[in-house]
Amino acid sequence: MTEPSGDVLLEISDLSLEFRTYRGPIKALNGVSLNVRAGEIVGIVGESGCGKSVTMMAATRLLPKGSAHITGGGIRLFGNDPMTLSERELQHVRGRLVSTIFQEPMNALNPTRRIGEQIVEVIRRHQRLDKAAATSKASGLLRDMLISEPERIMQAYPFELSGGMRQRVLIAMAFSCEPKLIIADEPTTALDVTVQALILGLIKHKAMSTGTAVVFISHDMAVVSQLCDRLYVLYAGRVAEAGTTESVLAAPAHPYTRALIRCLPGLAPPKQPLEQIPGTLPDLLDPPAGCLFRARCREANDRCVSVPPLAAMEPARRAACWRRIEETQAA
Amino acid sequence: MSLISTILRRLVLLVFVVAGVAVITFTISHLIPGDPAQLIAGDKASAETLAHVRQELGLDKPVTQQFVIYVKQLLSGDLGQSLRTRRPVAGDIALFLPATLELGIAALVTAIMIGVPLGVLSAIYKDGPVDQAARVVSVAGISMPVFWFGLALILLFYVKIPILPGSGRITLGIAAPPRITGFFLVDSLVAGDLKAFWSSLYHLILPAFVLAFANLGIITRQIRASMLDVLQEDYVRTARANGLSRSAVILRHALPNALIPSVTLLGLAFGDLLYGAVLTETIFAWPGMGSYVVSSIQTLDFPAIMGFTIVASLGYVLINLAVDLTYMVLDPQIRELG
Repeated sequence: MTEPSGDVLLEISDLSLEFRTYRGPIKALNGVSLNVRAGEIVGIVGESGCGKSVTMMAATRLLPKGSAHITGGGIRLFGNDPMTLSERELQHVRGRLVSTIFQEPMNALNPTRRIGEQIVEVIRRHQRLDKAAATSKASGLLRDMLISEPERIMQAYPFELSGGMRQRVLIAMAFSCEPKLIIADEPTTALDVTVQALILGLIKHKAMSTGTAVVFISHDMAVVSQLCDRLYVLYAGRVAEAGTTESVLAAPAHPYTRALIRCLPGLAPPKQPLEQIPGTLPDLLDPPAGCLFRARCREANDRCVSVPPLAAMEPARRAACWRRIEETQAA
Repeated sequence: MSLISTILRRLVLLVFVVAGVAVITFTISHLIPGDPAQLIAGDKASAETLAHVRQELGLDKPVTQQFVIYVKQLLSGDLGQSLRTRRPVAGDIALFLPATLELGIAALVTAIMIGVPLGVLSAIYKDGPVDQAARVVSVAGISMPVFWFGLALILLFYVKIPILPGSGRITLGIAAPPRITGFFLVDSLVAGDLKAFWSSLYHLILPAFVLAFANLGIITRQIRASMLDVLQEDYVRTARANGLSRSAVILRHALPNALIPSVTLLGLAFGDLLYGAVLTETIFAWPGMGSYVVSSIQTLDFPAIMGFTIVASLGYVLINLAVDLTYMVLDPQIRELG
């Protein structure tokens, strides 16, 4: 599989992770591999609970300490294993090198502090700037987010702003220390549809102009396909398919990817009723053997009782499906 | 809603509260069986003397008229004359109240200074040794009776290891500082009398700690619970994801938000402390409101009881006002939207 050249910022290999609960371990990730290179925009798609956010939160070590346990594989974030970094080193990585935009802008800002203080605090944490310089930098960042009166917004408290406005503040904050990688975890899911396109455009534009790599997490194939150079489709804690956005959309290999695309109004063939994927995610407390999508798959056969490897389909694509592997071998 | 308009609005409400309290205390004090005139005149007094005493106290007048007189006096700040001490009740309260307030405030400050950090540490190191130890301290504080704990501490630090005084506000032989606020700590500093200051501080340690201990547990548990809530919040995750230091995350982002739900409790705790002071004052021979009220009740000293009740309810209302103002300081949403 050929991939864009450039430094690998994040490399996750064969990562398995479980949440220890009183009912037993929930196997949230079962051998996820992915990488992100400098300057590219990578999408991670899948339905809720497939492990998208968990993968990226594991990479920045933001998962709850007590319950999340890595059981296999490894993470290299800017050449370091985040699990072995000290708290101080980790703080330098977070914000300075990699920064995250979360799903719920309504709760993601401290309700008792002014917007300006919160951005300035992050800037001054990582850069040697005095208060005035940091404030003018913050105001410039907000202006980049198409906020016309940054001074007024910086004086406001979060409750005085709309969800879209807050998300713009959070994006400005994420970009404030010129990180090399930004993780955007469903940044528009909680927002009004009318501001979604604006927010996505702002992230993409700012990332392109600064050369920042972005990992875009979404359950929405349409959103991801507009923004990303490459895609990873996750299903039940495994990578179902990976490849360039064009190749995946043009000819999805994994039955799950195909189903996701058929669910979309824009991408589905015209004048046909939209589909839904029957069934639900498997129980990760006690996952069935073999391909985890088997129970919901139209194409499942006897081979699917064993776990399919993530096999190369064509130069820019890999998929974990026995059917496709058979077809490739036949061809 | 600005701070000032809130204060003004609440002060207007205060008038109604005090009026209500006045009606209730007056009614109750006149419904309670027992004749204060008899108590003053003594068992063997003649009917004539009794009638004379009644007339002197105004008890011979119809109840409605007595109430009108009482309200008129109240409005001019006159709480009547104590039947027991024969001095104006307002003067008596002014004499004894500062001692109780000084003890109560010292206890509240102690409880906050220990309880808040302990609660924060328990939340950060949930289920760790600090949390377990804090849990034991909290349960002990909540369940140990003040009179027992007070006596135990006197036994330990006054009798067995005599390092702290066990009674009074100041060492015998050291003159009390000239009275300005009635708070020995403040007055001695104003007078520049360090000897009196250290002596009163010294005397404050045991009773304040005993009084603080009961509320310490409640404050610790409340702060722990709200910190645990707040640490789950998305904005704490944002702060961490942006690489802020651990102390900034906890002290600047988590704690201020965790304090908001705890403020109500602190107000209630202060009310509790003042009432708990009655027992503590008795144990430590602290010359405050506690002992004054107990004696007044024992002698059916109605004017004193009523005066105290009115002052106490006024205090409660003011504490609640302070709680609401604290909310406004801590929470911009309340401040800006009212």
